[in-house]
Amino acid sequence: MIGSGLIGTSMQGALSVCLLAFGSAALAQTPSDAQLKKGQEVYQNWCWNCHGSGAGKPGTEALRAKYKDARPADLEQRTDLAPVVIKTFVRKGVSIMPIFRKTEISDAELDALAAYLARNTKAKSAN
Amino acid sequence: MPKLPPGLSSQDFQEAIRQFEGAVGKQWVFTSDEDVALYRDSYSVFLGEPEEIVASAAVAPDTVEQVQKVMKIANTFKVPMFPISTGKNLGYGGSAPNLSGSVVLDLKRMNRVLEVDDKRHFALVEPGVSYFDLYRYVHERGLKVLLDLPDPGWGSPVGNSLDHGVGYSTGEMRDHFGSHCGMEVVLPNGELIRTGMGAAPNTNTWQDYRYGAGPYVDGMFSQSNFGVVTKMGFWLNPLPDAYLSGTVTVPKHQDMIPLVDILNYLENSGITNGMPQLGSPIYGGPFAPPDPELSAVMSKPGGATPAELEAYGARKGRGYWSCGLQFYGPEKVIAAQWEHAREKFSSIPGAKFENGPSYKFPLTPEQIEKSHKVTVGVPDLSIFMIGARSPFNANPSHGHVWFSPIVPRTGQAILDAQKVFTDASRETGLPLLNGPAPLPATYYKRAFIFIFGIMVSTDPAVNKKNREAFRNVIKIAAEKGFVEYRTPPAFQDDVVATYSFNNHSLLRFHETIKDAIDPNGILAAGRYGIWPKAMRARKA
Repeated sequence: MIGSGLIGTSMQGALSVCLLAFGSAALAQTPSDAQLKKGQEVYQNWCWNCHGSGAGKPGTEALRAKYKDARPADLEQRTDLAPVVIKTFVRKGVSIMPIFRKTEISDAELDALAAYLARNTKAKSAN
Repeated sequence: MPKLPPGLSSQDFQEAIRQFEGAVGKQWVFTSDEDVALYRDSYSVFLGEPEEIVASAAVAPDTVEQVQKVMKIANTFKVPMFPISTGKNLGYGGSAPNLSGSVVLDLKRMNRVLEVDDKRHFALVEPGVSYFDLYRYVHERGLKVLLDLPDPGWGSPVGNSLDHGVGYSTGEMRDHFGSHCGMEVVLPNGELIRTGMGAAPNTNTWQDYRYGAGPYVDGMFSQSNFGVVTKMGFWLNPLPDAYLSGTVTVPKHQDMIPLVDILNYLENSGITNGMPQLGSPIYGGPFAPPDPELSAVMSKPGGATPAELEAYGARKGRGYWSCGLQFYGPEKVIAAQWEHAREKFSSIPGAKFENGPSYKFPLTPEQIEKSHKVTVGVPDLSIFMIGARSPFNANPSHGHVWFSPIVPRTGQAILDAQKVFTDASRETGLPLLNGPAPLPATYYKRAFIFIFGIMVSTDPAVNKKNREAFRNVIKIAAEKGFVEYRTPPAFQDDVVATYSFNNHSLLRFHETIKDAIDPNGILAAGRYGIWPKAMRARKA
């Protein structure tokens, strides 16, 4: 069976692994301006309609309900996202967010997107 | 390596994959578990169960010539193929096939907007183009057209119309298949055809006149498995001067009957041209706080009678039913149309009217932000609030499937359907989450479509129970004359079985065509009940 239980317990496990990785190698490289610009374009094309600011954005509303005021609901304003977490959600999906294929967001585009959304994340646990 | 396609040896599959790589480039053939898992249906009703319908591999061509090569290779090795456009037909199957082990033919890379003409008002696009892409193309060039849009903007005009999707603007354009004009299709044997005027070289009317000469075959390629559509033309609305909306409310339960009669007269006469929207204000909106008085009325044994609800509505100053109307056109003209509509609806005693938003095109960004975007031609994803975590939903779903029956455009049919579906939900336990008085959600110009969302759970036992209930509701509804227009792969055999006139002669005709044009049965086996001969025998 391909990827059984992907969105259930395996998803939790995958994210735990991702979060453990957060702060070490995941933040070791500083993305170039070109990569951040590319990432912003990918975000605008693929993510903004669910995760942007403004009314009727299901991703933003869901994160607002989840985190209340503890974290920004708008993904672009987050300061705690690790690239590996972004990549996991894009490739595995979560709740009503579907999987995105490589013909939609290529690996290189996903790298740029992850770098863009993690641009404000400080490596506070890097040591 | 993921599972093998049914009936193929590992050796043949490996060789087919090698040849696919030669046709489209190695990087566009996906065979690893990790990559193939990206083709799962994110909203599968078999989530996490062994029965989940999964692909064996995926091939992503970039050109029509590559699609032809892939189909010829597939025929050589008898590889089952399943084409997708943007792969976002969520709730109706997503990017997964009908038959486990199929190779997904992913057309997302074919994402070119080939032409948009804002003088003759048409577009010609490839299947990987999304509504977002088409809007961007039109917007960046300032073209004077209004797109008709379904709710999910990441859908494909080609894929949506081939699955008979419906939009929000004028009656003609809301029918996405009905408003297409001209196709290019790769047949299962790899041969390329163009339909209508596209078959006549040197013409420039492919997107203007749909029939050409001889049989009109385009319908064969919708909800079917007779060809891979690689280009499709669509008629578009000219960008109107203005948009206007208004709502009529009526006080009595039985007012639904004249309400729909008048709506039909107005829409079929062209007096109102946007998508109508029936409502039941008596129950409050979907996010209204609970009203103890209403709860008391409704919790009586046997439920509330219409008379009790009418009395409650009178006390609260709420209408029993409402009908939202939308108008596109010159400002003075649509104001007169709304005035005429009010005159007509005024024949219902107690009818009340409320003006809704009105705009001049093009809308400002601020107006777009406040609007119901798809009604003003701006693609959107707000529909996915359904099932998402929210202040009203602490337990988000993992997607949904749609139960979508066609209902006649009469008020009595709506009242009958409400009873049928409410009773069927109670009888089968299928949670049809549309409130106490479900109403049409989508409006073909000449038919209503009720759409019930059934949430996908992480608990396989819940999904299994809901699948059984879904199948039962298909049968119960069909006995009452309400059959579905569209359904996920898990239920396509069940729905097609309800189209049973003359011992299923329509399905048998489809099978005859299938055997003639796809003798190896390699294309989209099982789509809408059409199985290749060998599998048909097995099913029997």
